[in-house]
Amino acid sequence: MLYRENGQFKTSYRADQQLLPIAQDRWLMLGLLAFAYLGLPVLASEFVIRALIVPCLILAIAAIGLNILVGYCGQISLGAAAFMGAGAYAAYNLAVRLPGLNFLVVLVLAGLAAAAVGIAFGVPSLRIKGLYLAVATLAAQFLLDWLFSHVKWLTHDSPSGSVSTATIELFGLPLQSPLRKYFLVLTVVCVLALVAKNLVRSHTGRAWMAIRDMDLAAEVIGIRPLHAKLSAFAVSSFYAGIAGALWGFVHLGSWEPAAFDIGLSFNLLFMVIIGGMGSILGSFFGAAFIVLLPLMLNQAPRWLGIPISTAAQSNLESMIFGSLIVFFLIAEPQGLASLWAKGRQKLRIWPFPH
Amino acid sequence: MPPDLQAALATCTADPRRQAALEVRDVSLSFGGVQALDAVSFDVVEHEVRSIIGPNGAGKSSMLNVINGLYEPQRGQIWLRGRRFDRMLPHLAARLGIARTFQGLALFGRMSVLDNIMAGRNLRMRTGLLAQALRIGPAEREEIEHRRVAEEIIDFLEIQAHRRTPVGQLSYGLQKRVDLGRALAMEPSILLLDEPTAGMNLEEKQDMCRFILAANDEFGTTIVLIEHDMGVVMDISDRVVVLDHGRKIGDGTPEQVRNDRAVIDAYLGVAHDSADDPSPPVPLRRAAPGVDG
Amino acid sequence: MLAAPRLPPLRAHWPLLTLATVLAAGLAAPLATGAAAPGFYLEVLLGGLMSGVLYSLVALGLVLIYKSSGVYNFAQGAMVLLAALATARLSEVMPLPAAIGAALLMMVALAWLVERLVLRPLINQSPMAVFMATLGILYFIEGFGQLVLGNDIYKVDLGLPKDPVIVAQRWFEGGVLISPEDLVAAGIAAALVAVLALFFQRTATGCALRAVADDQQAGQAIGIPLGRIWFIVWSVAGFVALVAGLVWGSKLGVQFSLAEVALKALPVVILGGLTSVPGAIVGGLIIGVGEKMAEVFLSPVLASGLGVAGGGVENWFAYVLALLFLLVRPEGLFGERNIERV
Repeated sequence: MLYRENGQFKTSYRADQQLLPIAQDRWLMLGLLAFAYLGLPVLASEFVIRALIVPCLILAIAAIGLNILVGYCGQISLGAAAFMGAGAYAAYNLAVRLPGLNFLVVLVLAGLAAAAVGIAFGVPSLRIKGLYLAVATLAAQFLLDWLFSHVKWLTHDSPSGSVSTATIELFGLPLQSPLRKYFLVLTVVCVLALVAKNLVRSHTGRAWMAIRDMDLAAEVIGIRPLHAKLSAFAVSSFYAGIAGALWGFVHLGSWEPAAFDIGLSFNLLFMVIIGGMGSILGSFFGAAFIVLLPLMLNQAPRWLGIPISTAAQSNLESMIFGSLIVFFLIAEPQGLASLWAKGRQKLRIWPFPH
Repeated sequence: MPPDLQAALATCTADPRRQAALEVRDVSLSFGGVQALDAVSFDVVEHEVRSIIGPNGAGKSSMLNVINGLYEPQRGQIWLRGRRFDRMLPHLAARLGIARTFQGLALFGRMSVLDNIMAGRNLRMRTGLLAQALRIGPAEREEIEHRRVAEEIIDFLEIQAHRRTPVGQLSYGLQKRVDLGRALAMEPSILLLDEPTAGMNLEEKQDMCRFILAANDEFGTTIVLIEHDMGVVMDISDRVVVLDHGRKIGDGTPEQVRNDRAVIDAYLGVAHDSADDPSPPVPLRRAAPGVDG
Repeated sequence: MLAAPRLPPLRAHWPLLTLATVLAAGLAAPLATGAAAPGFYLEVLLGGLMSGVLYSLVALGLVLIYKSSGVYNFAQGAMVLLAALATARLSEVMPLPAAIGAALLMMVALAWLVERLVLRPLINQSPMAVFMATLGILYFIEGFGQLVLGNDIYKVDLGLPKDPVIVAQRWFEGGVLISPEDLVAAGIAAALVAVLALFFQRTATGCALRAVADDQQAGQAIGIPLGRIWFIVWSVAGFVALVAGLVWGSKLGVQFSLAEVALKALPVVILGGLTSVPGAIVGGLIIGVGEKMAEVFLSPVLASGLGVAGGGVENWFAYVLALLFLLVRPEGLFGERNIERV
């Protein structure tokens, strides 16, 4: 009753191809943005913003990037965190060597640097796929790990690759408080999410999905696998690079190469799987899930009155992650996003059952 | 027509009214010990409907695969309007105006019908990554322009109701139409169809033949098709090539091929005189659809 | 798509030959340039071979599962860890043979669970999906193993002689250090390979396994009981993991990092070929030697030449080597070419 599209006829292709063709969706999005910019800062504590919302948003950017590569283009990548690291260290170098540069410019350049690295490691995907490509991305992960901790030039001669950043200044305004950082991250997320949505419904996006579904047929209709796969790697790494720069500068402040290790790569992959492969919205769900779960596990013993040691907690976390991965792959391969879509379907026909 | 093709055309000595759009010369293909094609040569004239028939394992699909570059023959060339190709590649073939459908339906299962057909337009969509990312003027206009073409094809194939359905969820007959639609979206000058009516009932076959002939009439597309249904072949083909065990054993109009001794022995079976027996000629070894070499 | 490359036959092998030549040159360089004493070089070489044997043991389990189900078991390393952990902890309360037996039972139970809860529901899904499921299994086993069996470093005492022995003092100055433990490990690995190779080639079950790996549906259609087959395979893989765990645990001690190092089994099978049992051994040896050599001899070169801090080459060398191999010979040294027909 509420969510009906009755009367919303599209009379032009432009209208039909809108990002949010249903009017109710547009209102929902406006409401969400209003809440994010106006409501949340008032309602949520600084701790929640700093420890939950900001990391969730930053990781969502990386998850969107990985989703583009894995979910839309069907390439496997076990080294996403390394590209985040590439972005983080690139941003660090830029900030330290060119101190006058606007931070937004630094972000974009860091993204481009990560994209270049991504293209380089994406080249093998032209000849190999699936499992074999996983090895190539693992090579990227471990090689970059090593480069960050051993090549002094990359880390501006800091010992063992640990670096530390100064407060970000944007247009003369220092971003000290969690709230200001939150607004920066939120804006970047909105822009990048919009760009991602645009890309996946463009001809590049269709080329990606064609490669995913049947790359032989894609070649037959004139899609060049070279272009498609490398552009997927490039865009994916661009997102990872920006996410990495934000992760280092906004969330961590200071970091060492281990901050971008294979554990983070697996976490990103889990975000994509649980959130929903081939769904931008799913990337947000997945990021929220992965960020919230450890926190809930942290709090749960207190609620239940059972004390659990930190070691046991991290082991439980691993077990739950593992089981959920398997569960989602069996029961809901399209992840939380498809649960959401099914919920929406039900809402469309509510109050009728079908 | 691009200037270089025009120039090539001008140097051709054949009768311009019966210009060969495609010529297969002396093609031989083998996989390990198996000889799939053995010195096969034939031509396809502009705007005609050419059928390739023959028993299973005759090499028909392999022939199509050679033409659009999926297989590389050990010997022989493909001539496209007077241009010689010793080695064809799939996306080069696409660029040169060759489209095809597959026996086993090579559709993009998780994409919608509309997206599948739009994917066929990818060749002609030129806007860069940045423009698409920001969806500014030129990108939006291009998307709409090509959407228009895709919708025309959807109208033509009568699949409007399903445009947003993921093709993996459609029935086999509808999927075959989408396959054809995606090939047509490439605006090909040569269309290779691999058993387009396989697994269809009479009504669906009639629809498919209607679409194929309309493509040939309205868009002038040259059509090369593999078929097992002799009714379809005799009805819609201008000329027929017969393959058996990788060799060409017949080449001519449907009438000529139907009465050819070699073809009858290998494939078609004995033809009854229609005065004595009203039933139409039955192929001796009728191939099961969907199984081919 | 035809598997034959578009290059003419003569030129088809040049990438592999180039890579092999470069690697051989790298291998010979320390000796040739006199940067290393022959005795020391031999020690490093032998050390590499021995660690290669350890990798091979893990890789054997991987090949087993892949050969029979087309699934790459990302959790193999975790299974090694689990088996070793179980044996280590159990041997604290019962004699070693009993502990090993109990650990084996545990691995069989694990195989049953995996088949029931993960593989069966995922029949006919894409290999990518099952691969990611094994990633989930990895996380689960690591968490579970350490939760139930403990987080510390434990010892497994197999009663093998631990003291290294110095040999060949006549030919090399100072002699060459060999560990008898490593020799036993090599012997065990060789025996396992022989048994597994025979199993796949000569027994009916082995044949059924290969059939199922080729085409699950066809296998089912002719009545091969998929569930039981997979249970058998994962049990045997569990047994192989147990052997690997014991050997590794005895040498390095049983600890969490075992599972991480076992990730390196992936480059090993890439090199050797995913479906080849002997390939797992050859791949393991190449990776083991290459890694050690690179760590000892390449690091200083990188350090002085590129202004790079020393060490850590071991972490990435295996993967980069596998990547290079992938580019010149995707199916590995002994693997089978994959032919896609349209």
